[in-house]
Amino acid sequence: MSGGVGRVETQRAVVFDDERPLVLESGARLTHVEVAYETYGELDPAGANAIFICHALSGDAHAAGYHDGDRRPGWWDNIVGPGRPLDTDRYFIVCANVLGGCRGTTGPSSIDPATGRPYGLRFPLLAVRDLVETHRGLLRHLGIRRLLAAIGGSLGGMQALQWALDHPSELAGALIIAASARLSAQNIAFSAVAREAIMRDPAFNGGDYYPGSVEGDEPPPRPDRGLALARMIGHITYLSEESMRQKFGRRIQDAVEPRYGFDVDFEVESYLAYQGQSFVERFDANTYLYMTRVMDYFDPFADPAYVQRQIAQGDTRFLVLSFDSDWRFSTEHAREIAKELRAAGAPVTFREIAAPHGHDSFLFPVPEYHRTVAGFLDQLREARRAA
Amino acid sequence: MRPDQDVVAALVGRDARVLDLGCGDGALLEHLITRQGCTGMGVERDDEHFHACIARGVPVTHGDLEAELRRTEPGAFDCAVLSLTLQATQRPVEVLRQLRRVARRGVVSLPNFGHWRLRLDFALRGRMPISPALPYQWHDTPNIHLCTLRDFEQTVGELGMRIVRRVLLDEAGRPAPSWTRAAANLLAVGAVYVLED
Repeated sequence: MSGGVGRVETQRAVVFDDERPLVLESGARLTHVEVAYETYGELDPAGANAIFICHALSGDAHAAGYHDGDRRPGWWDNIVGPGRPLDTDRYFIVCANVLGGCRGTTGPSSIDPATGRPYGLRFPLLAVRDLVETHRGLLRHLGIRRLLAAIGGSLGGMQALQWALDHPSELAGALIIAASARLSAQNIAFSAVAREAIMRDPAFNGGDYYPGSVEGDEPPPRPDRGLALARMIGHITYLSEESMRQKFGRRIQDAVEPRYGFDVDFEVESYLAYQGQSFVERFDANTYLYMTRVMDYFDPFADPAYVQRQIAQGDTRFLVLSFDSDWRFSTEHAREIAKELRAAGAPVTFREIAAPHGHDSFLFPVPEYHRTVAGFLDQLREARRAA
Repeated sequence: MRPDQDVVAALVGRDARVLDLGCGDGALLEHLITRQGCTGMGVERDDEHFHACIARGVPVTHGDLEAELRRTEPGAFDCAVLSLTLQATQRPVEVLRQLRRVARRGVVSLPNFGHWRLRLDFALRGRMPISPALPYQWHDTPNIHLCTLRDFEQTVGELGMRIVRRVLLDEAGRPAPSWTRAAANLLAVGAVYVLED
């Protein structure tokens, strides 16, 4: 795709340390938190045009543009760039790998300063709030005090929501896309099966499968089979039945006639196997466990009095979007978010977008979707200029 | 803002939580929010209107107002507005019932199909009347449930709702002169009603 942000690099910053540790929602403390992030566009002199992209379960800081030598751009390149909804001619865009991640930000694969070994499952359990506090640490490092908006799909939308509830005066807008404020039993069931796949992999070893986790010269095996399986299960829930029908139908891989056996035969099987395999090359099984748990426990409206108080303190405008083919976080989840926010007195714009790609629709350049996001951001910018 | 919307805005009053059903381009809500201290949201199914609301900074839900009404909590709003919308709904009586459930007060504006010019047009030409207030052909009109003021008032009465205020409108959508009241159903081009329980 031409006309994007061009070549970019991931940068790193230590945002919490001994002097200023990160105290998590659980009470646990992290004394060294490093964040991997990317920025696109220019911060205006008033520091008023910053937008924070919160990524989903398997995302990372590389939202847009190309890394040196890469043939594919960042995961949300179609929405970030000059003339695109997150217009880099107008906005300063920040995207950071989440706390607990495995793409440069401190997480279970990082070295625990207390032991000198990788954390593994000794990394503390996280909440969406902890992810947000880490983003805020990065903004402090970058000298940004207020955002025009926080935006994200799925787990990213959960972060934008939590951010707006915890620090309402920091966000002019929150764009919450294909998200949920309370996972259903079905959602939790799927993530439970994915976690089982990882933890039952013989190589999992209680989460201690990193080269520095065990004594000896040989690096231990990784729970790749479990992680690939978890990704395959997850991936099925990200697509819609219709999009799978269109993409694969019942076609046979590399042949016309079925081979009749238990090896990969249908195209959809080959696709899932590929998705699983390519995932293990860039993702960490422990991060998968931590992030799915973050989502399972997310319940930002549990205390209505708190929500009401917080909303009253700020003037954040909300855009809540869902996709009609998304059955992982269906429109009902989004309506619930809109309803809770409105009950607390927040201004909420809501829309269900028609798109065939299931939960993954938020990653696609669906015209009405992009137009809605662009229009909403534009209005936030106008309102801020007028103020 | 259209003149009839000025009348609606005055009847909504200040500092109310408002639900504007079929809010169009959001002009009325923007006025209520910025000038009259109201909060609230619109419901609109048309894409262009939806984007117009966003451009004004008016909170809006994209979708069908009848479905949205059913989903709304009882008593969630102080005032629900149907500004030239009721005649375009599938089930107007159900909409009025729901209106009553979700808001203490309803402000409803509608065109009067009993206006003498429409009657004359129909009587002389024998064709579906077309006027500045009702400019559509029979086949392309969104106004599928037109009524006269007398029809509306009877239906409201049957639902057990009270009309606490009625403002008659002229051609331009402004309050009609007082003599219009002598034969409202014949002389008014439209009306705005305030309904309460």
